[in-house]
Amino acid sequence: MRFVFKRSYDDDIKLFKHKMRAFYYLLLLVLMLSLPLFLDSFFLGEVTYVLIFSIAGMGLMLLTGHTGQVSLGHAAFMALGAYLNVIMLEKGVPFIISLPLAGIITGIVGAIIAFPVLRLHGIYLAIATLAISVLTEDIIVIAEPFTGGVVGLVAPQIDIFGYNIDRYSTPIAFYFLVLFITLFILLIYRNLLRAPLGRAFIAMRDSEISAQAMGVNITKTKMSAFAISCAITGLAGGLLGHFAGAFNHETFNLILSIQLLLMIVIGGLGSIHGAFFGAILVGFLPQIIAMVRDVISNSFGVSSLAIPGIEVGIFAAILVVMILFEPMGIYGRWIKIRTYFELFPFYRKNMFKRQKSYLKTERMK
Amino acid sequence: MSLLSLENVTLAFGGLVAVNNVSFHVGEGEVFSLVGPNGAGKSTIFNLISRFYSPQRGDILFANNSILKLRPDQIPSLGIARTFQNIELFEQSTVLQNLLVGRQRHRKSNMFSEMFFAPFVRDEERRHRQVVEEVIDFLELQAYRDKYIAGLPYGVRKIVELARALASEPKILLLDEPASGLSLEETNDMIFWIEDIKKQMKITVLMVEHDMNLVASVSDRVLALADGRELAIGTPKQVQSHPDVIKAYLGTSTVGNIDG
Amino acid sequence: MDFIQLAISGLAQGCVYGLIALGFVLIYKATEGVNFAQGDFMMMGAFVTIWLTNAEYLGINFWLAVPIAILIMGILGYLLDMLIIRRMFGQPQIALVILTIALGFIIRFAAGAIWTHEPQLLETPFAGKEVRFLGFVLGFEEVAVIIVTLLLTLFLFLFFKKAKLGKAMQAASQNQLAAYYMGIPVKKIQSLVWALAGAVAAVAGILFASKGAVDPSTGLLGIKAFAAAVIGGFGSLPGALIGGLIIGIIEPFAAYALPAGYSQITPYLIMILVLIFRPAGLFSQMHSKKV
Repeated sequence: MRFVFKRSYDDDIKLFKHKMRAFYYLLLLVLMLSLPLFLDSFFLGEVTYVLIFSIAGMGLMLLTGHTGQVSLGHAAFMALGAYLNVIMLEKGVPFIISLPLAGIITGIVGAIIAFPVLRLHGIYLAIATLAISVLTEDIIVIAEPFTGGVVGLVAPQIDIFGYNIDRYSTPIAFYFLVLFITLFILLIYRNLLRAPLGRAFIAMRDSEISAQAMGVNITKTKMSAFAISCAITGLAGGLLGHFAGAFNHETFNLILSIQLLLMIVIGGLGSIHGAFFGAILVGFLPQIIAMVRDVISNSFGVSSLAIPGIEVGIFAAILVVMILFEPMGIYGRWIKIRTYFELFPFYRKNMFKRQKSYLKTERMK
Repeated sequence: MSLLSLENVTLAFGGLVAVNNVSFHVGEGEVFSLVGPNGAGKSTIFNLISRFYSPQRGDILFANNSILKLRPDQIPSLGIARTFQNIELFEQSTVLQNLLVGRQRHRKSNMFSEMFFAPFVRDEERRHRQVVEEVIDFLELQAYRDKYIAGLPYGVRKIVELARALASEPKILLLDEPASGLSLEETNDMIFWIEDIKKQMKITVLMVEHDMNLVASVSDRVLALADGRELAIGTPKQVQSHPDVIKAYLGTSTVGNIDG
Repeated sequence: MDFIQLAISGLAQGCVYGLIALGFVLIYKATEGVNFAQGDFMMMGAFVTIWLTNAEYLGINFWLAVPIAILIMGILGYLLDMLIIRRMFGQPQIALVILTIALGFIIRFAAGAIWTHEPQLLETPFAGKEVRFLGFVLGFEEVAVIIVTLLLTLFLFLFFKKAKLGKAMQAASQNQLAAYYMGIPVKKIQSLVWALAGAVAAVAGILFASKGAVDPSTGLLGIKAFAAAVIGGFGSLPGALIGGLIIGIIEPFAAYALPAGYSQITPYLIMILVLIFRPAGLFSQMHSKKV
């Protein structure tokens, strides 16, 4: 067990708890930066996809994991980001303006939508956001002049000061672009969590009434949470548009909304790590299943083991097992394993017994 | 000078009159206690001051200004801090983080400066932590500093609630049954702390409490309530021996430990 | 003429929404949980019946297949609660939402794996028959759907109001601990509620499949049923049915009157409006927290 001796207030404020941890993350960063050296463009694309979902996951995590507002409609904001970005690009707006602007507008729209649904709690909020996701799909079809309707839009090449970036022709550059945005969002997220607003989010999640009594303006804070969350998700949507190349209303359907929520739950609600763990699982599960399928069909001589929708089925099964046995998600399991090794051989089985899962019941006593 | 006053405040829930034409003034630097049997309207008065409820009649003044136009989240910025009867802490945060939420009323930075952690945000954070550390030292919470609330025993949570309220550097502290559920020793600690809060920190205290030992030890004045009405007001001794008060606590003939 | 037929087919469709919504409300009333997989239950019920009675599968007589399917779905609901949902006891409401969404995915996957993703129609003895009523020609299925739904809702309403078991279910919802102390076997009661929801889903599935084809993604209809439940009020059984009927009737008329694409969004628009402007009327089950 490492004992961290704090000598100044900055020890509590800084981003990494201690030097070793900062070193580990530096190693991870070096690994991420050197990935193009030993991954081919297909797997680099997969990693890029995971990063885009990590960004979207961070967006939803901020709202659901840290502020306690469950959204079953975040695909709508991904869609908004993607469409705004491409529409602006088509109008000749340069990428370095169109993408951030798409994020910002999505954030503003998120805050506007938040206002009427603020009064809703728990499942009612979940249902309302679910309706928003369904509505968005239909609205995209209706708004054909802007969105291309059922046909959808094609994302043009990214042009940053004359340097062209495209998923297929320059996968490495696209990967670095996404990595850079991921790190940027990550930094903002971490900053928020160590600042008053982040603490207000968490306070609101755990006890709205008490947060209010401490001076947290519930309306304003919830709207901020929605705005930041939607802006981040909109950015992810914009990137997903470029990743997919072409997209239509079905790219951002209700299933994606649900998948985003399930993803952060599996990852571990209430931690940024959870967004990444969840995205890694969602991103790589199809590959893993394909690999397992190949192994099985090769060793048993079964020619076709292709069951449609098996990815979703297995994903859901993992989720059920997770909720029943590890409500804190992959991150919770990760913490336990880490603690086990740090304390070896003194780890006790019921060490985390008292820690409950993050989302509070709406059931009033 | 009176810091907080209730003037003819009445609040009814349907047919039940929870607070019936209650008036009192809490002077600056005073420890003022509200006592009375369960259902006397004591916590309701706290919730009125916190603006969770609005009175049907009467006015609530803080430093001679009505607070009835304010939202609940604007109350702390006046310098009114409170604790809750059934502990309302942020369960999934550490003690330190809980106390830092108490600093919310001193927040000067906005969303954007916090996103990028501008230098002055860092300076603010240092200042918040300085105050919080002083509170931690004062209430001897060092051992629990980085512990999550979810794993803390009841007595400690009670103290963390007090600490969180103190961290906001209030002018007046509203304590809702600070000693309920505490052991004898813990109650004695609470007595010392409340005295220090009054004498060293110069913070006015308004308190709801059943433990008459605590009330008698620390209070300057006591207001006894029953069924939402005022029964008697005065020093702890005067109130305890007041015939109406004794009648309200039917069955309790001695003055020692009146417990609703 | 057109108008009446549009209304009747809308009513019949609304009945199916209403029945799924009834399933939500049943579980909500008795456990304060929300079953996001209710639509998939309905789809499963339809497929079980198709499997039992269609000639290409087992080919059992329709009137025998119906009670068996209802029984199977009831047992499935009971087992689901006993094995999985019950473990969620004391966990936040939203965890159950996420769990049931995941269960919905699994059910959809299982149905696809067993019965393929091809749309299939239930073979009923009254397929294609017509009812002549006051000069109108109505599909027999539609009339049957409406009558069965009304009877079932009435039965459930009376069950909760009059029957001992129904009252116990309500008590278990309002205060689990107190109900437990009063000698109500809370866990068993909750499993029975899930069984009941499964049975109701089976009826909804049979009715749905008798008038249109089902495939595994039919379960997504549950989302519209949500809208129905919200519009009608989450805690009220007749409310759920009325909400379903409102949506069922509005849909065809919106399709008739509005340009293409707009009709699908009307149910959700209505629901969002209700959520925003009439929350007090709907949230009779919610109380603000006391401090």
